[in-house]
Amino acid sequence: MAERHDHDHSTNCEDALAELYTFLDGELTPERRELIASHIDDCNPCLEVFDFEAELRIVVSQKCREEVPETLRMRIAVQLESMNLLVSPEGLTRSDGRPDPADANG
Amino acid sequence: MADQATFADQAMEFMPSLYAAAMRMTRNSADAEDLVQETYLKAYRGFGGFTEGTNLKAWLYRILTNTFINSYRAKKRRPDETDLDEVEDLYLYRRLGGLEAAQAGRSAEDELMDFFTEGEVKDAIEALPEQFRLAVLLADVEGFSYKEIAEILDIPIGTVMSRLHRGRKALQKKLYEFAVERGLTPRRESTGTDGTGAGDQPAPVLAERASDG
Repeated sequence: MAERHDHDHSTNCEDALAELYTFLDGELTPERRELIASHIDDCNPCLEVFDFEAELRIVVSQKCREEVPETLRMRIAVQLESMNLLVSPEGLTRSDGRPDPADANG
Repeated sequence: MADQATFADQAMEFMPSLYAAAMRMTRNSADAEDLVQETYLKAYRGFGGFTEGTNLKAWLYRILTNTFINSYRAKKRRPDETDLDEVEDLYLYRRLGGLEAAQAGRSAEDELMDFFTEGEVKDAIEALPEQFRLAVLLADVEGFSYKEIAEILDIPIGTVMSRLHRGRKALQKKLYEFAVERGLTPRRESTGTDGTGAGDQPAPVLAERASDG
């Protein structure tokens, strides 16, 4: 198993695996990051684990996408627009093209 | 101090990820739509309190999450930290790792991408208890940092890390259960190979999957 595969490295497999997720999360200090990166460069079993976990992360995020229903997008857009019209006087001039008393002067 | 008139221009682009997160939170499209709509309305009203140039996506997620927690989640609260079994580290890797399909001309990465369906990944996340689900969703699906997640959920960074640690292991276990339910036999058990991988025969799990599509 990978974690038994210790070499004479400054960072051993156990350390690398302990920081696997922190590494993948991009939350290590640059120094720790570099140590772990150089370990997995030299250690195939650890590299395999890191690759697997990194790829799983990509799989999870890519397979969780959703298409926004067009009706929802429209509903929100219309609602935001109408609230803008209520709060901003200049909003009155960006109406839907129908005759508007505010347009009379210009 | 942000100008409400510019809100829609800045915020509409985040709707796909907010909606996807809302689906995982509420587990149904009707509630997810209501949750996203309410989030946008609240965000619009509160936009004066948003500091231009700071992280708008994280700010919207904070509103989304709070709205979900206050209005949409199941009435019964789950106890903290007691509702997940202990799961060994590298649970999925020990069962599916070392696929070594590169030998056959495909990368192990491609294999893993094809291995789980969208439905399985979504169901596995939705099966997580809420506090773990939110942390995993924010980190692994949305890519927020620990600090951002701590702010969105209003919990300490140490709590973020422990929820992620346990939530990710539970997610892996769930994904593996789905693979087994589907009738796929793992190539090896946890005491399987010596890690040198590179089988001269294809992994049965993958051969079977490849043959049905």
